[in-house]
Amino acid sequence: MLRLPNFTLLQPQTLSEALALLAVDPHNTAILAGGTDLLPNMKRRQQTPRRLISLRHVSELHKLAVSDAEIRIGGAVRLRAIEDAPIIAEEALALRQAVSQIATVHIRGTATLGGNLCLDTRCDYYNQSEPWRQAIGYCKKKDGDICWVATSSPRCLAVSSTDAAPALMALDAKVQLRSVRGDRELSLSDLYHNDGIHYLTKRPDELLTQVRIPRRPGLRSAYWKLRRRGAFDFPLLGVAVAVQLDEEGLVRDARLALGAVSSQPILVEEAGKRLIGQELTNDQIDEVADAAYSLAKPMDHADMSLSYRKGMVRSLVRSALREVRGDDIAADRQRLMRMLG
Amino acid sequence: MSQRPLHIIGKARRRVDGRAKVSGETRFADDLILPRMLFCRLLRSPLPHARIVSIDVSRAQALPGVHLVLTGADLPTTFGILPVSQDEHALCLDKVRFVGDPVAAVIAQTELLAEEALALINVKYEPLTTIASPEEALAQSEPRIHDYGDSGNIHKSVAMSFGSVEQGFAEADHIFDDTFSYAGNTHLPLETHAAVAALDPDGKLTIWSSTQTPHYVHRSIAKVLALPPSRVRVIATPQGGGFGGKTDPFNHEIVICKAALVTGRPVKICLSREEVFYCHRGRHPVLMRLRCGVKQDGTLTALHLQTLLDGGAYGSYGVASTFYTGALQTVTYHLPSYRFEGCRVFTNKPPCGPKRGHGTVQPRFGQEVQLDKIAVALGLDPAELRLRIVEKPGALTANFLKIRTIGLAECIRSVVRRSGWADKHRKLPYGRGVGIACSSYLSGAGMPIYYNDMAHSGVQLKLDRSGLVTAFCGAAEVGQGSDDVLCASVAEVLGVEIADVKVVTGDTDLSPVDLGSYSSRVTLMMGNAAIQAAERARELVAGPVAAKLGVPVEQLVFSHGRVFPAAAPETGMSFREAVIIAEAVHGTLGTTGSYKPPKPAALFKGGGVGPSPTYSYTAAVIEVEVDPDTGWLHIEKIWIAHDIGRALNPTLTRGQVEGSVYMGLGEALMEEQAFRRLPPKLSGALVHRTPSILEYKSLTSLEMPDIDTELIEDPDPSGPFGGKEVGQGPLLPIMPALANAIFDAVGVRIDEVPITPEKILKGLANLQAGKPARVGPKGFPTVPYPEPLQVPTPWQGGDGRAVNDAVRSKDKRAKNV
Ligand SMILES: Cc1cc2nc3c(=O)[nH]c(=O)nc-3n(C[C@H](O)[C@H](O)[C@H](O)COP(=O)(O)OP(=O)(O)OC[C@H]3O[C@@H](n4cnc5c(N)ncnc54)[C@H](O)[C@@H]3O)c2cc1C
Ligand code: SF4
Repeated sequence: MLRLPNFTLLQPQTLSEALALLAVDPHNTAILAGGTDLLPNMKRRQQTPRRLISLRHVSELHKLAVSDAEIRIGGAVRLRAIEDAPIIAEEALALRQAVSQIATVHIRGTATLGGNLCLDTRCDYYNQSEPWRQAIGYCKKKDGDICWVATSSPRCLAVSSTDAAPALMALDAKVQLRSVRGDRELSLSDLYHNDGIHYLTKRPDELLTQVRIPRRPGLRSAYWKLRRRGAFDFPLLGVAVAVQLDEEGLVRDARLALGAVSSQPILVEEAGKRLIGQELTNDQIDEVADAAYSLAKPMDHADMSLSYRKGMVRSLVRSALREVRGDDIAADRQRLMRMLG
Repeated sequence: MSQRPLHIIGKARRRVDGRAKVSGETRFADDLILPRMLFCRLLRSPLPHARIVSIDVSRAQALPGVHLVLTGADLPTTFGILPVSQDEHALCLDKVRFVGDPVAAVIAQTELLAEEALALINVKYEPLTTIASPEEALAQSEPRIHDYGDSGNIHKSVAMSFGSVEQGFAEADHIFDDTFSYAGNTHLPLETHAAVAALDPDGKLTIWSSTQTPHYVHRSIAKVLALPPSRVRVIATPQGGGFGGKTDPFNHEIVICKAALVTGRPVKICLSREEVFYCHRGRHPVLMRLRCGVKQDGTLTALHLQTLLDGGAYGSYGVASTFYTGALQTVTYHLPSYRFEGCRVFTNKPPCGPKRGHGTVQPRFGQEVQLDKIAVALGLDPAELRLRIVEKPGALTANFLKIRTIGLAECIRSVVRRSGWADKHRKLPYGRGVGIACSSYLSGAGMPIYYNDMAHSGVQLKLDRSGLVTAFCGAAEVGQGSDDVLCASVAEVLGVEIADVKVVTGDTDLSPVDLGSYSSRVTLMMGNAAIQAAERARELVAGPVAAKLGVPVEQLVFSHGRVFPAAAPETGMSFREAVIIAEAVHGTLGTTGSYKPPKPAALFKGGGVGPSPTYSYTAAVIEVEVDPDTGWLHIEKIWIAHDIGRALNPTLTRGQVEGSVYMGLGEALMEEQAFRRLPPKLSGALVHRTPSILEYKSLTSLEMPDIDTELIEDPDPSGPFGGKEVGQGPLLPIMPALANAIFDAVGVRIDEVPITPEKILKGLANLQAGKPARVGPKGFPTVPYPEPLQVPTPWQGGDGRAVNDAVRSKDKRAKNV
């Protein structure tokens, strides 16, 4: 069996204690939230932090609160809690749809939102045991100097695989980062870099403490996910949309984000530009689908062929926009979510 | 003894080991913890093909907490499951043959420590050219992966001809020529392989292992460690699945035995999931070509089948697998003439071997899809076509396989009726379709793995004054329910309750030999042995009881825990009282039973693969919906019918049918043992693409569609209580039925497994472009098959021998495969 390497476990009781501990040796320390990404990676020696700071007892980070203007989700709130919160289903459906398709129900009982947003980027050449990576001579992301996905690539192309990030991006959410040096607030797009290794703009001593979703009346949102199996699988493509329509059915605001097609989730700016002030016609939807298609750059380092994954961008964008338009495509969603059965 | 209705057999019951399984109390190999136990980890080769120049273990050995480091030199004797393929070393001696081949072992106080020590072992390799595919293996005879085999990197090449296919093709109205390919896939049992070895104070060695074949493991350990078999004890622990993946003796088993001998302490190993992908022995990737001659009315006149198997780096069961790709084509539909050519090559990948349906799954896919194409071309309904050509009960086939009962026609009618086939086939709207396919499988291999004249399964019973009956048998409970079959068979014959029978199985010290849980042999062979032992015990008890009651023995009934005269039940006694009377007369009570399959009719070389006491039959219909935009598949429902002879415990047999469907569907839709070869200019790596249970895609229970099962019960005289196999056969029709349903839905032929959305879109694109709407292999390479053995068919007056055997006898081939 694979065993964890040795490490020191730190269990702060308060946020300030956690931040202080993190400030000591941030480069050799990892935040342990649910551990559902970190611990398997440590078993495979993809990450070998010497200190782990558990967020379990930091109660400030476990709260989900609602004010008139926004929904505030603490960095260590469990995915199951988000899935079960009525306010999320009512006002941030895309997030609920995204979260309920993350991993399995058992994992979601442990996994947190902060962990999901900071989830390590993925690649078939990297999510492997130490002996396997030795057999290929390692790669840029860990212990090596070449990228096997594109041998001439100057950077690592590992793929951003968080389901929640594109959904939150479409919902125009912001994240709060804190360290002993102070607080920052970033829009979700600004949390990420298009780089498989340095995929976060978060500094090592910063903790993701809160996610804030603005409440927008009449907002309709949706998340569509491509994966091999309905039971569980990382996204091969995530499409999140949020649209506000006015009384005449014209688009007041529209945001579309793609996940799992590059090293960061991508906001498709075109969607807003094209749709605002327009009706959601099939032609409009097709044009947005084309724009999204041209932005998606899947690589050959995940399940299913990359041409198939890229081709599916159009299908899923169309489905997502039709769903927020009000078309009844529940059967399509069901079929895609549960491949068989 | 007086006849009475069956009271346990045939009733749906909870299995004897069910409660422990669901409550988590079953103790698997990894649950065993012994005092002073050490842990073993294996260092595996990072190179696909290389000579070992040197191994320096000194730094690992010096690490505190490390007790022992072993290398190939410590275990130089070869082993392997087949006598003709003794090509494995417990730890590689001079050469590594795939990424994952074990080269050294560390035995230490903890697993973590053992793992750290592995990193301190310094192995110098001299890389050799990598052989990555069958094409490369055929093209490059050097370097040879092994220095044995038919030639170059060809492990085994066989050819046999039954009757005249030339004449058959000449008589045909149409000849269909199709190529198919079937990707390799693996068993994926939830429990990874684990074992513990310990030395008794008296110097005897015991190993507890998650193995399907304790008897063969026993032989291999005795061989490699040069110990008398009487001083080695192998205990097969309950298993979290095997499916053929635990039927070989494995490196790790031998290594920990050696380590226990050297250190004198118990040693445990539990493989990681990745290591199970390296043990593999899974489904061979097979490329195949089928040429089939048919008359206008669908009658088959000839079949010529060629197969090419990618064997991976070791022999394993490969010689048998090769024969199996050609063995069972004749048992479903009547074939007047048949030629089979098969070839297995070595490549630098984990070794392939037996997986559920062993070797017969791939050609069955080809045969059943080709039949669908034939039906379309001849304008026949594919179900009707099959009904016309179904083989007859009692037939002796072209290749001398003896059919006993055959319920295939009933199976076909059952799935046709239940699925509403007549209203659906070619009648559903575009995007929806139904497909049908059939199959057959052995109820146990007719020949043992090593040549011998002894029984294949033995059962021993002990009865005593407590009223308890203990049944001993070497059969390994791998999850399939063999303990339940043993218990129920004995209880049925003796007329006692399940709770009054205790089974002791899979222990080479305590239980008589059973060859193991493979080839769907256990229910039939162990069941027959159990019945024999129990009938003898019943006689032993009946004599003294009849004398005591003053009635003829023939009038006694053993039922519901009592023994009584049929005419006056109230004058009888409890089973326990009966045993007490018998024990007083005979002394200690015990009986044995054993089973040996009938001698095969096939006497030609290679004829040992295929014969079976009887064959099971299955038919399945799948209804599918295909989204032409995404290629996404939605399985509406699966109807399946299985000719089982008699279901001994319908709960378990239905479970086996559903489990087979589940496994078949995983293969049909997504499973693939895929490899990555890095750009050769930059790296020589050839690695398993994703040796993880997350990224090796297989179905979960949540993706399972509705399955509607019917068991066709027509008791077969060869089986225990009339029962035939059910563990493997129902898997086989799933892949071809799905391919045929997709054709019905969107007019695309996928002549490959797995059938993925990508391939469906490709087929649809071909269709749109006016090209043949087919996705599949482009052709079949030239394979240097030998001159075929010529075997006249029974209807040509053949006696099961080849007429040109003399030519072949120069060839040093083994008798026993
Ligand atoms: C079988 C399986 C399937 C999965 N499927 C999916 C899937 O479909 N979609 C998906 O998105 N994910 C999936 N995951 C990944 C993972 O379970 C989820 O992303 C989960 O939300 C991670 O949260 P966590 O709390 O467990 O993170 P952890 O493992 O605790 O942490 C993940 C990373 O984030 C850092 N981190 C955690 N919290 C904070 C914080 N508050 N501030 C700063 N850094 C932090 C950690 O240091 C670590 O580097 C899967 C995992 C498994 C094992
Ligand atoms: S994208 Fe390249 S560098 Fe990044 S993990 Fe994959 S192989 Fe390594």
